[in-house]
Amino acid sequence: MPDKRISEDEVAAELRDGMTIGVGGWGSRRKPMSLIRAIARSPVKDLTLVSYGGPDVGLLCRAGKVKRVVFAFVSLDSIPLEPHFRTARQAGTVETRELDEGMFLLGLQAAAWRVPFLPTRAGLGSDVFRLYPELRTVQSPYRSPDGEGEELVAVPALELDVALVHMNRGDAGGNGQYLGVDPYFDDLFCMAAERRFMSVEQVLPTDDLAGNGPVQTLRINRLMVDGVVEAPFGAHFTSCPPDYERDETFQREYAATARDDDAWDAFRARYLDVGGHDEYRKAVGL
Amino acid sequence: MTDATRAEICVVAVAEAFRGDGEILANPIGNVPMIGGRLARAAFEPDLVMTDGEALLVGNTLPVGLDDAPKVVESWNPYRAMFNVVWSGRRHVMMGASQIDAYGNQNFALIGDPAKPKAQLLGLRGAPGNTINDTTSYWIPNHSPKVFVEQVDVVCGVGYDRARKLHPAERRFHHLKHVITNLCVLDFESSDDRMRLRSLHSGVTVDDVVAATGFELVIPDDVPESRFPTDDELRLIREVIDPNDLRIKEVPA
Repeated sequence: MPDKRISEDEVAAELRDGMTIGVGGWGSRRKPMSLIRAIARSPVKDLTLVSYGGPDVGLLCRAGKVKRVVFAFVSLDSIPLEPHFRTARQAGTVETRELDEGMFLLGLQAAAWRVPFLPTRAGLGSDVFRLYPELRTVQSPYRSPDGEGEELVAVPALELDVALVHMNRGDAGGNGQYLGVDPYFDDLFCMAAERRFMSVEQVLPTDDLAGNGPVQTLRINRLMVDGVVEAPFGAHFTSCPPDYERDETFQREYAATARDDDAWDAFRARYLDVGGHDEYRKAVGL
Repeated sequence: MTDATRAEICVVAVAEAFRGDGEILANPIGNVPMIGGRLARAAFEPDLVMTDGEALLVGNTLPVGLDDAPKVVESWNPYRAMFNVVWSGRRHVMMGASQIDAYGNQNFALIGDPAKPKAQLLGLRGAPGNTINDTTSYWIPNHSPKVFVEQVDVVCGVGYDRARKLHPAERRFHHLKHVITNLCVLDFESSDDRMRLRSLHSGVTVDDVVAATGFELVIPDDVPESRFPTDDELRLIREVIDPNDLRIKEVPA
């Protein structure tokens, strides 16, 4: 089995301007934040982010890295509207393509299965066609129950250049394990991407993974991963149960920096520009 | 029962939206909807399936806002499984709305121009898929002309006029049931699928509702009063489901 361990900065160095980056997790839950911060510190720009959005989207928008966001929501959960994303949207500084949450899943699944689209009823009659202008419908080749034709939404494959996910445990070869209640869509993000990077709370010998929980927790396998980053508290300040819950105090501090540039500059100097993940942990006191 | 608050009348009105649903996933989103949904199962709709607000289906009556309450876990329902429930037609969702029109088109995505919104709100979330696949109701704690508008800025949840333009096979699972507000209960049981005044909460007049609504409602000759909670329901609300009085924050007395 290959040893795929690399650092956050090595992951960031793989990114090129204009790439499409998918980020796992959901809202402010199990986001690969140490990788997101490495991107914020790097020179890369004009990214398209594809995410069940949380502070990954907000932080990179605030750091000036984002050209376009493909999303169904961007939320901090306990703070329903991500304030940095909100600011960027209301200033008109980021483009968007907006989908229904379920359509989003189908777009990732289509990319993972290498088909151009997947059909769904979700979206019919709604303004998703205004918010995602490239979206098209497809005529069913089969007869509907009333004997007539029916149209479905053809959700396009959300093909990713790079996927970033965070898991509770993993091995050096790229097998990953989640120990919380929801796997979210991290495996689909990985399968939809050309290059896949997984941070984990802890890298273990392969032999020790299966003992941590039922085999169903081994959601990511090494076919889906090109690089493994060991990052204890790597999802901070988002939640990563059972290792830790969301750091609500820190999240409030982060959210408050959307109100003025000085607050953001101070936050950035204190937590982002201090160096890598080890320095961040020291700055936060983790 | 005369000492029920407006919030408690709203909770019962929410519960009534789930009456007759049987063994489906009742999925009320927000505090008053969750209190009402849990009341429905505890009081008169025992077969409902309900979540803990995250990835578990729980069999016992959970209090709202208390994360460490003991759970009787029935099953596992991560987001991916939730889409299976929604798309297979076994859910009744109750969502919020920043704007809603006479046909039930709902918006909570943004206000203004999508390219540069005046206010970025939640986004489409699951509203398009929810409304085209399953029964949907709405809870609106601030009935006002800013919410009840002639035209919504973005259609997230699909209304009846939009559904009618679809092919019959495409709209066959679309069903808007109730819109519950701090003033009244509305439905779409009118000849042209427009929003109709179903009942008035105690102390509210037809004129109050008309003044708070930015479009013309269908108003029957006789509008009944929304029902009060029974003694048992009041006890369930106050002692079991909402012991911390979260309902009062959404609907002040």
